[in-house]
Order: sequence, then C-alpha cells, then structure tokens
Amino acid sequence: MNRARRAVILSVTLAVLLVGGVIASAVVGQLPISPAEVVGSVLRAAGIQNPWAPDDQIVESTLWVVRFPRIAMGLAVGAALAVAGAVMQAIFGNPLAEPGVVGVSSGGAFGASVAIVLGLTAFGSGTIAVFAFAGGLLATLLVYFVSRANGRTEVVTLLLTGIAVNAFAGAGLAFLLFVADSGGREQIVFWQLGSLNGSRWVEVAIVIGVTAVGTAAAIILGRRYDILSLGERNARHLGVNVEVLRIGSIVLVALLTGVAVAFCGIIAFVGLVVPHVIRMTIGPAHRPLIIASAFGGAALIVLADLLARSVVVGADLPIGLLTSLIGGPFFFFLLFRQRKRSGGWA
Amino acid sequence: MGMTTSDPISARGVSMISARGVGVDLEGATVLDDVSLDVVPGELLVLVGPNGAGKSTLLGVLSGERRPSRGTVTLDGRELGGIRHAELARLRSVLTQENAVSFPFLVAEVVAMGRSPWARLPEGRDDIAVVEEAMDATDITHLAARRYTQLSGGEKARVSLARVLAQQTPVIFLDEPTASLDLRHQEDVMRVGRRMADEGRAVVVVLHDLSLASAYADRLALVSGGRLEALGSPAEVLTAERVERVYGLPVDLHLVAGRPVVVPRRA
Repeated sequence: MNRARRAVILSVTLAVLLVGGVIASAVVGQLPISPAEVVGSVLRAAGIQNPWAPDDQIVESTLWVVRFPRIAMGLAVGAALAVAGAVMQAIFGNPLAEPGVVGVSSGGAFGASVAIVLGLTAFGSGTIAVFAFAGGLLATLLVYFVSRANGRTEVVTLLLTGIAVNAFAGAGLAFLLFVADSGGREQIVFWQLGSLNGSRWVEVAIVIGVTAVGTAAAIILGRRYDILSLGERNARHLGVNVEVLRIGSIVLVALLTGVAVAFCGIIAFVGLVVPHVIRMTIGPAHRPLIIASAFGGAALIVLADLLARSVVVGADLPIGLLTSLIGGPFFFFLLFRQRKRSGGWA
Repeated sequence: MGMTTSDPISARGVSMISARGVGVDLEGATVLDDVSLDVVPGELLVLVGPNGAGKSTLLGVLSGERRPSRGTVTLDGRELGGIRHAELARLRSVLTQENAVSFPFLVAEVVAMGRSPWARLPEGRDDIAVVEEAMDATDITHLAARRYTQLSGGEKARVSLARVLAQQTPVIFLDEPTASLDLRHQEDVMRVGRRMADEGRAVVVVLHDLSLASAYADRLALVSGGRLEALGSPAEVLTAERVERVYGLPVDLHLVAGRPVVVPRRA
C-alpha cells in the first residue's frame, strides 16, 4: 500500500476518532446527556433554534461550564504536545526526543511550582503560565546544548541528559513540596500528575491561541525540517540557516510544551507516540506529519481524558498516568524494534 | 618551494572561484597556509594529498563552509562571506561525507531536497525532470521508491551525489565522492563529474586515488602540510620524485593514454 492511500485512510481514521471522541466526551459523565441534546445545545449556541436543545438548565451548564471547556482544552493540549514532539524530533534529528522524556515537561512543572510556592504574581493571573514556559525553555536549552555533538544527538546522550534534567527538576519539585503549605502542595501534585479537570474558558482560549500560532509556525518550517534530516552541514549547504532554525524551534517547543504544562500539568509521551505512529503510516515528510500530529494528539488526549474520568466510577484519574501507561510500553517497543533493526541508534 | 604553476587560467580572468593567500589556523596550529588558486567554468580540479594535508579544510574554505583566518575567497567575483545562505545554495553545491538521514525518507524525496534552494523561483518549475535526470546520471532510478535508511553505503553515496546534482549549481564541490564505492561506480561518479565540467560548471573534487584523479582531472592541486605543493596538469604534478617525497613511499609511474598511473613500488 503506498503512502498516498495510507494518508487517506489515516485522515478518515483521525476524523472519526476526533468527532467520536468529542461527542462521547460530551455525552458520558455523572449526568448522562444524549447526543441529540449535545448537538441541539451547540446549534442553539450558534443561533439555530432546534427541537433537540435541552431545556434543563443543569444539562446546559454541565455542557458549557464543565464538559465543553474540558474537551476544548484536551484538543488544544493534545495538538500542542504532539506538534512539540514532532518539532523536537526534527531538530534533534532523533525520533526519541520528546518533551516529557527529555525533561522539558518537568522543567515547566518546576517553573510553575516556583510561582505557586512563592506566590508570585508579577505577570498577574498568567504568572504561573509564564513560569511554566520559562522552566520549559530553560530545560530545552539545557538538553539541547548538553546532548548535541557534531550536529547530531545520539540517543544514549539524549536519554542520559533527560534523566539528569528530570532528576534535577524532580529534586526541585520535592523541595518545593516540602516547603509549600497544604494548598500549594495540592497544586504541585496536580502538576506532576496532569489533569484536564476544572479547565476554564479563559485558560482554554490562551492554550488554543498559542497552539494555533505554534502549529502554524511548525508547518511553515516543515520543509526546512525535511532538509535538516540530511544533517546540519548538508542542510546549510542547501541554504538553510541552521542556527536560526534551531533557536526558533527550541522556543517553539518550549512555548507549546509550556502552555500545555501550565494549565494541565505533565502529560507525557503524547509527543512521542503520536508523531511516531503517523510517521510509520504516511512517512516522515514534516508538513503532513505536523498537521496529522496535531489532529492525532487532539484525538488521543480527548479519548484518554474520556477514559480517565470514566474508567473508575465517580473518580477522575490523572490523565498523565494514562498517557504514561500507553507511552511506556510503546517506548519499549521502539527501543526493541530499533535494536533489532540496526543495533541501536548511535 | 618547488611549485609548478603553469596557470594560464587565472590570466584569463574568468575564474569562478578565486582564492588568494588563504590560511586557516585551528587551535593555534596552522592547517592551511598561503594557498592561492583559481577554478574556472568547465574545469574539473582535483585536490589530492596525504591524510591530514589540509585537502578537506581547503575544500571547506573554497565552498564557504569555513571562514579563512587569512586571505580571501571570491565566488564569481563576490566575497564568499557576503553571500547569503539561500543564494549561496544556488551558486554552489557540496557533497559531504555525511550520508546519514535522520528519518526514513524515500530515495526520490531525498534527491528532491536538492531542489529546495530553487523553490518558488522560475527554475523550480522543472523540478521533476531535474530529479529524474540526476537519478538517471547516478544509476539510482531503480531505488527511487526505496527508503533511504535501508540502502547500502554505496547506494547512499550515489543518492547523495544525485541530490547534489539536482541542486544544479554552476560550482560543484565533491568531498571524496568515490569512498565506499566499487570500481564501476567510482568510474561512473568521476564520469558524472567530468560531464558536469564539460557542461560548463566548475567542479572541485577531493580524491585519494591518484590514478583516478589523474585520469579525469583537468588539473591537480597537490596539498601537503597545509601548503599547495603543486598545481597543474596531472602529468606536471605527478612526478615520481614529488609523489615519493610527499607521500613518503617509493612509486612507479606509468603513462596510460597520456595520463600518469601511480603504482606503489612493492617489495
């Protein structure tokens, strides 16, 4: 089967998963709401009167105050993390680079926790988000400059650097947990586990904005990422300004990861699993890869969140736990496959 | 210092690349010193010399990858350092010895990347024809739909060469293009280089095989200890005395079709 046909199949599959996931997420919950009521309510909000729209005020507010913002947040965060993963893999020239694995997410969580514990409000209500971004950026820069040699990053170095960064951020988080009051402690734990619970429209708007801009930028840079996979020197000989591309992309990864971490905590492995599955299906060309990753990430998070809040009755599992549950074995699978094929990455 | 400089070419004043008094210092050591040479359109110039002589450094300086510590290099009359990345990529292409590709792109996709400097320009319209021609010239058409990451070393080298050809630049640099190739493909690659030169391009190649260099080059530049030891036609540059001195190995020279073939004297 050629890549073009696979692309069509992938698009259809993603569309079904996405629409199905969104509707199922709106329907399932402590208060059961029928799909007709969901569609009716959305149509009414769009100014189209219809017989399905729910009259019950509780149904209406459950949808618009609780479920819809949570779904929208899931879509945006999923897209942001998957695109961040694809971009990171492109600039590291390494398919194992992922914000969670190499410690960008924990850097972001550390930054956010600093703001929480110290009660900083320098940037108003966005202070925590700004600190999450700064922490993520710092971690990305650190990993990037420590783990690169001769224009490439070997897997072993990358993973070891990730271990170091994660350990350091982990220690920082532990210290902050130790000194925080009980309210702060709860917030930090939330960051470590990751959750879409309690998403508000204001936050959703910020995440959607950053994700849209970041994804658009990544798509524009897509061709250059293709050329970068020839190695840095070859890319330079083909007219790519590698230094500018590299720094711009690091900021991009930190922005996308930072905004996701700021509002939803650490949701690991999305940036690893999604671009990988898509690359295996339609090939590595970065423009289609990034676009499909955005949709794939959105679908994965919406479905994972649905699972997180419905698998145990009456409980809301942290979504970071679920994605790691899927991502961990997937990581093993990748390692195993690569070792069998070429004796490692180096 | 015993330099053979029968260099009528620079006198013509049409040189594509012109290096003057070029020197490179690396960590306090001089790896290239006072090199001056010109490459003209339609010429195949081969850089030869022992390991560590400075051939690759010289190639890097000429191609604009490395800024010289001393001296100047101009491309088509313009200072190399003043040409922007994107424009430089339309003036000169470089085949490096780095053949790794990070992701499993198809061979045809890799070759097509050579067209990227021409994107959104009128020349970019005949991309497909150019890519096909480049694959044909390097004998890789049958590999077009294969994944690059699954190719053998020799196949990868030829795909990289096709990518460089697809860039369609007036100046072409090839850094050891025959390494890891079998006898036939070595000849094929040099024939491609020869043809590029005959089409009016300036082609600069780094080679280790003196006989191969001698068979295809218009001129040889023999680099030794960071200096230009000799520059001229293969017959002028390759004398038994000079080769023995530079390489530290006694050799016999034979003439085949008027060009020297170098054979180490074996006990």
